[in-house]
Formats: sequence, structure tokens, C-alpha cells
Amino acid sequence: MPRSSCLNWGDRLFRWTCLGFSLLILGLVAGLAGELAWNSRLAFRAFGPSFLWTQTWDPVAEHFGALPFIYGTLVTSAIALVIAIPLGLGTAIFLAELAPPRLSETVGFLVELLAAVPSVIYGLVGVFVLVPAVRQTGLTPHGVGLLTAGIILAVMIVPFITTVSREVLLTVPRSQREAALAIGATHWETVWTAILPYARSGIAGSIFLALARALGETMAVTMVVGNRPEIHASVLEPGYTMAAVLANEFTEATGDLYLHSLIGIGLVLFGITILVNGLARLMLLKLGHSR
Amino acid sequence: MLSQKKFLTAAVAGLLVAGSPAWAAKMLLVNGAGATFPYPIYSKWFSEYAKQNNSVNFNYQSIGSGGGVRQIQAGTVDFGATDAPMTDDEMQKAAGKVLHIPSVMGGVVPVYNLSGSPKLKFTQAALAGIFLGRIKNWNDAALVKENPGLSLPGDPIVVVHRSDGSGTTFVFTDFLAKVSLEWKGRVGAGKSVNWPVGLGGKGNEGVAGLVKQTPNSIGYVELGYATNNNLPFGQVQNREGNFVDCNSQTVTNAAASSLAKMPKDFRVSIVNAPGANSYPISTFTWLLIYQSQADPVKGEAVIAFLKWMLGEGQKYAEPLGYAPLPAEMIQLEEEAIAQIKLP
Amino acid sequence: MRSRVLINRIAFGLTALCALVTVSALFFLLGYIAVHGIGALNWDFFTKLPQPVGETGGGMANAIVGTAKLLLLASAIGIPIGFFGGVYLSEFGHGRLGFAVRYAADVLNGIPSIVMGIFAYVLIVLPMKGFSTLAGGFALGMMMIPIAVRSTEEFLKLVPDSVREAAYALGVHQWKTILFVVIPAAMRGLLTGVLLDLARVAGETAPLLFTALNNRVWSHGWTEPTSSLPVMIYTYAIAPYDDWHRQAWAAALVLMLLVLAVNGGVRLILPKRRIVL
Repeated sequence: MPRSSCLNWGDRLFRWTCLGFSLLILGLVAGLAGELAWNSRLAFRAFGPSFLWTQTWDPVAEHFGALPFIYGTLVTSAIALVIAIPLGLGTAIFLAELAPPRLSETVGFLVELLAAVPSVIYGLVGVFVLVPAVRQTGLTPHGVGLLTAGIILAVMIVPFITTVSREVLLTVPRSQREAALAIGATHWETVWTAILPYARSGIAGSIFLALARALGETMAVTMVVGNRPEIHASVLEPGYTMAAVLANEFTEATGDLYLHSLIGIGLVLFGITILVNGLARLMLLKLGHSR
Repeated sequence: MLSQKKFLTAAVAGLLVAGSPAWAAKMLLVNGAGATFPYPIYSKWFSEYAKQNNSVNFNYQSIGSGGGVRQIQAGTVDFGATDAPMTDDEMQKAAGKVLHIPSVMGGVVPVYNLSGSPKLKFTQAALAGIFLGRIKNWNDAALVKENPGLSLPGDPIVVVHRSDGSGTTFVFTDFLAKVSLEWKGRVGAGKSVNWPVGLGGKGNEGVAGLVKQTPNSIGYVELGYATNNNLPFGQVQNREGNFVDCNSQTVTNAAASSLAKMPKDFRVSIVNAPGANSYPISTFTWLLIYQSQADPVKGEAVIAFLKWMLGEGQKYAEPLGYAPLPAEMIQLEEEAIAQIKLP
Repeated sequence: MRSRVLINRIAFGLTALCALVTVSALFFLLGYIAVHGIGALNWDFFTKLPQPVGETGGGMANAIVGTAKLLLLASAIGIPIGFFGGVYLSEFGHGRLGFAVRYAADVLNGIPSIVMGIFAYVLIVLPMKGFSTLAGGFALGMMMIPIAVRSTEEFLKLVPDSVREAAYALGVHQWKTILFVVIPAAMRGLLTGVLLDLARVAGETAPLLFTALNNRVWSHGWTEPTSSLPVMIYTYAIAPYDDWHRQAWAAALVLMLLVLAVNGGVRLILPKRRIVL
């Protein structure tokens, strides 16, 4: 920045405004973390760190443990990513590279629309279409469970991956493409060796955005996951996620220990999110920003 | 561009907001929340009451009895509703003295989804066994014994329970705890318990919905939810050993024996009541109202509604699958309502 | 050489398949909602209030207005904070503070909507002693911030430095450069971001469950509980009443058409300007 603009009131004011709002964001997160920690202290005081690996959730005996919910959240998100990443990235590559511009625009717009569908509607369709479908396979008598929830989540997060990845792929400079083609690469090889690496950080960003969405998704999951705080080896069994239990039991938790245990789960979810985001940031730093 | 879009959004929304019925701006809104058990009749009452008295609107949200208790404790609603009377602990936590006003009675029935919709008989032990996970299939010996004529399938029983804090759960588990020592020791009674088996549905609505959609499932809901959704429900064996159907009469019979020693605060359980023709899983459902009302206008509106409820309101009970309050109760309640103090 | 061409074909064939699956999922979803929703859409749906539980008929007029009010409030809170935060990160935030803010925004993004609801409940509902549109709008606004920050930052970053440098070289102050050169260059992406943001938040149910609660009748002003389309859809969807299911599909259709109109409308108004090197 040229020295004269340091004395410029316009620049300073603008910079302070932007800084102010940024600090507000930090403040909100800190406030949220503080609230969660303060309002869950009773649970951690009563159970200690074993709260994290205890399997029981017993409101009558007032014995609470968060493990079933942690397990459910991680498993459903993992299933969702396994399905959504190839599907979403594949679609984005198709739209950015192969499809003629008009088709790419139209289909890209349609995929954005998929992101616009509210989560309850996914839940609605999940309840009336997916659950009976899973039941039809005969593998399970009821159709609800971690797998069903994972599939719904996958459909919900694909558009996040596709939309952002497509935009990023489209803004990769032509020079990259031309360089690869000039040395005799096929179209796919160009994509694989020249374009995707350039767009790496944007694509990774989109995946972590999608994961963040999957971890916190509440409504669609609670409608199809079975709402059962238990851990089973099979993903066809009903389960529970951290977000779902909060939705179901928060307004009703009478008894301080119960309420604090629920908020403790909120804190754990908060913690997992920080971990995931930390990894995301680390990944992006390693891959390096390309500008 | 950004400011242009925001202006457009503001303009459109402003029109919408302004377009809200302006004449209703002076209308009083009284908010309540709680049990899903009486939701159908509450919503009917509020709708009918508003027709007769269009200066006040009641907004009731069915978030579960636990929610009703929590929110009235916090003072975020004007009245609460629950089918599980508040414990002494819970009453301590409220901001003032809370009155329990019984509004109507009802019964919790075991609903199921079986092909052919047979009418089943459940012994007390059988119900406990199913919800404990001991009785796993429909053609278990215990069920076949009481239902000889019907050919029950060999499919596994899919149990459905409440995922939220529920008075209906309290009533049902209270019953199971009273009739099964194993249930009492292992699970206990409460608005939220550690269910040995089953899927969770939200609200009476959620359980009814799940049972309706899941073949070979069984759940527990308030009678009205069963009848209004054509869900078959079973007869339950009562204390005297008779298999009783749940209807307005059998529920009223269950209340009869408790009338003699009705506590002043109306907090009483009529589960597993004596009487040859009493339905064993019956209950009152209560409105939770602060004895000292903070707002005179709202307080008056609430009192006026309560009086209507005890009078004209009771006639809506039976058609919707509930039982009207006995005359003796109404007398006692009118005395209780007179205790509500306005500032 | 031939195997490379084959790989080329297979790879792109697979991507075409992916696109097909994704688009089919979309059409299936839209079709299902349309088929089930159209039947229930009538004049009553838009103008009447809900009927007592179990009775057929009625509509969701109050829910439609409620959603509009909530979104308005949420935008007023979320967009300015997110936008200026994103500008800071893209133009000024290359140090440790920038890292912290970026991180905070990502954390905010991952927080389940239900936890936002808890925060709003504790911050607004409890002190105010009542559920309100204000609390609901606040919860939704908080949810809009992270996406607004990230998309603003990402799309501003995609504008090459050469554009900024060109402006500086002409003597334009930094704040003017950002506001009048960089931002318009990224406008399409920014608006896409805002719309995706609104779209996501329009359908959020969980944070409203104990902030705005719900309302069977009209809600006036900002301090009363209010009905909203997503909460009505959820309430009606998990209930056993067939008429409620019909209305839920209708509400789903309305919500989606609204979002479609907003998305499509902006594409028509905005000229397409993409930076190509």
C-alpha cells in the first residue's frame, strides 16, 4: 500500500469497519463457546471426561454419556462423503469440461437448486421414499438407521461440492489448460494433471464445507435415523446423532444434569467441528493457495 | 447491485408485513405449550373459543409435556400443559406457585401395524415383555395365548417409543412400572427413559406416524391419535384381570375411585386403577398456570377460557377420543380457579 | 496412445454418469414434490389459517408471512456481518488475525443449526420471557454469516491482483478500489453466494423450534411467536394425518418455487461478467 493512503480517512474507516465486523464474528464464536462450556459444566463435573466414552443415556437414573451420538454423527457423515465426493466432483468436472456452455449453465443452475431444497423436504422424501425402499431390500425390518441417514446426507451435500467446484474449475486460467494440451495431453489428462491441481484448494474447501454441513444437519437426519442412542456394528440399525438428540430433547430437559448433559453434547459437536476445520485449514495451507 | 437487491427485498417484505391483517393488531395473543396428548382437543377448543370471543387468540404448541413444564418454569409461555404432574423438585424451580388444572381425561393405547388389522388382547406382562425386548416376535407364545383365533405372523416386533420428553411416556411407563417389577428395576417411570429397544418418534404425532408407516410395529399413543388415523389398537388387561377397550366410559371409570381422595392440587395418577371396567392406562391431563398472574389482561383471558373449558368445552371431549371430567372434579376445579390472583 | 484415449473416454463417461445421477436425483425430488404438492395448492392454502388438529382444510397464510419476516431479519443481520468479514479476509486479512477470523467463520458454519437455536434461546428468548420472530431471525442471521464470509472471500480472491494493481496504478484509493472495482468484478459469484445463503437458511427448521416456536394464528410485530413454512412442513410431515401430509407437500412446493424464483430472477437481472485470463 502506498504510504499516502495510510493517512487516508476513507481507507482507514473502511478498514476499521471490516475489522470491526470480523472481530464481531470472533466474538460471536467465543460467546457461543463460552455459553456452551458454562452451561454444561455440571455434566463434566459429575462424569468427568468419561462423559465422552460412556454409552448409557439414561434420564431416569441421571446417567449420561455422549458416545452413541458421537458415533452416529461420525458414521453418517462418513457415509455421506463416500457417496458425495465422487458424485459431486464427477458432476463438476463434467459440467466444467465436457458439457457445452449452455448445458453447463442450465445443469449448474439445476444443481444449485438442489442445494436450495430445504432439509425438512429431504426428510419428507426420505420418510416416504427412502425408508420404505431400504425396508424393501429386506435387510432390515424398519428402514430407518445410520445408512438411510447417510444416503440422505449425501444427496444434500453433493450440490455444495458440485457448485463450488464447478465455479472454481471454470476460473482456472486457460493458460494451464493450453500448457497441458501443448505437450500432447488428452482432455482427461489435462483435467487430471493441470486443472484439478490448480483448483485443489477450492475443491478441498468445498468438500470441507460439505462435511461441515453434514456434521450439523439436524432435521432430515432425525426423521430417518431411528432416534436410538445405541452403537451397533451394522449401519442398518437405528442410531442417533448429536444434532438429532438436541432437537428432540432440548426443550424438555427438566433437571439441570439432563440439560447440562445435552449442552455437553452440543459442546462436543462444537469441538469436533473445530477439529475438522483445523484439519481443513492444515490441508489448505499444505496445498498452498494459488492466485 | 447489492444495495439494489436489498432494497427490493425490503420493499417486498415490507409489503408483506404491512399486509398482515391490520385490524387484528389489537388482538391479544396468549401463548401456551406442552403435551402432545391433548393437542387435538386443545386446538379444537381454541378454535371454537375464538369464534365466540374474537378479542383473544390462543396459540398452543405441542412440544411434549417435558417442554410444557420447562417453558412454564422459565416463564416463556403464558401457560403450560402436561400429562405428567410436576414433581416437587420441578415445582420448586418455577418462578412462583404453579396450579395444576385438569382439563380433560384420556387413555394411552397400544397401537400396531399388522396386516389384517386384528383386534389384539394384551396382558400386562405381555406389554412389559414387548417393550423390554423380551418378546421379540408377533407369534410369541405369550401373545398367542391371549389371541388364539388370530394367526399372528412370525415377524419381529418393531417397537416405537417417544424420542422427546413426554407425559404420554410417563403415563405408559408408570403403568409398566406398576405391573412389572423388571420394568420398574430396569427402566423406571419418567417423561424420558432409557428404552431397552425401539425407534423414537417425536410427539404422539411422530409415534402414530411411524407406526402407520412401519409394518409389524407397535407403539403407544393417546386414543384420539389412534382413532383419527385408523390405527388398530389393542385391549389391555386391567387390575381385575379383564381385557378392557379404551373409550370415554372406561377412562371415566378409572377416575372414579380417585375422586374420594382427590388431592387439593389435583396431582394424582389413575394408572392401573381398581374397577372391573376401568381402563388401566388412563390419565388426567393438566394445564399449568401460575397462581399469581403477571399480566392482568392475559390473566383475565386465561380465567375466562378455563371457565368455558370446564363448561362448554367438555362436550368436545368424547367425539375426539377423550373423556370429559367428572362433575365432582369440575366443582373442585372452579374453586381452584377462584384462587388465581390478578395484579 | 490408444489406452490413453480409452481412459479419456471412460473417465469422461463416468463423469457424465455422475452428472446424470445428480440431475436425476434433482428431477426426482422436484417431480415428487410437484406431483404431491400441486394437488394441495389452492386459494385456501395461501389465505387461510390452519384448522384445528385432525380436521381437513385450512391453509398456511401465517406461515408464508412468517417466513418472509424471518428471512428479512436474518438478512439484515447476517449479510452485512458476513460481507464485511469476507472483504476483510480477502483484502486485508493475510496475517494471524485473518487466520483466526477465517477459522471462526468455518467453526460457525459447522455449528449445527440447533445449537444456534440454543444460543438464541439463551440470549433472547429467556431474557425477553417469550418466543419471538426476533429470536428466530437472530438465529437464522447467525447462520448466514459463515457462508456469506466464505463466499465473499472466495469470489473476491478469484479476482486477479492485476485488476487491483491496475486501479492502484491509476491512483485510486484502496477502499474505492475494493468497492467499485474488485466487488463488481466478483459480483456474480457474490450474489450466487448470497442466494445460496438465503436458500439454505429459508428452509432451516431446527433453530426456529425454540426461538420463533410456531403459531396457529397471525403473528404481529416482531415479539410474538411466528409460524414459518419449514416448521409447518416438519410438524405436518411427522404427523399421521393425511391432510397434513398433503399440505406439507404443498408448502414444500411453495418454498421451492419461491427459492426458484429468486435464483432464476437474479440470473436474468445480472449481466454475466466472468474474469478470464
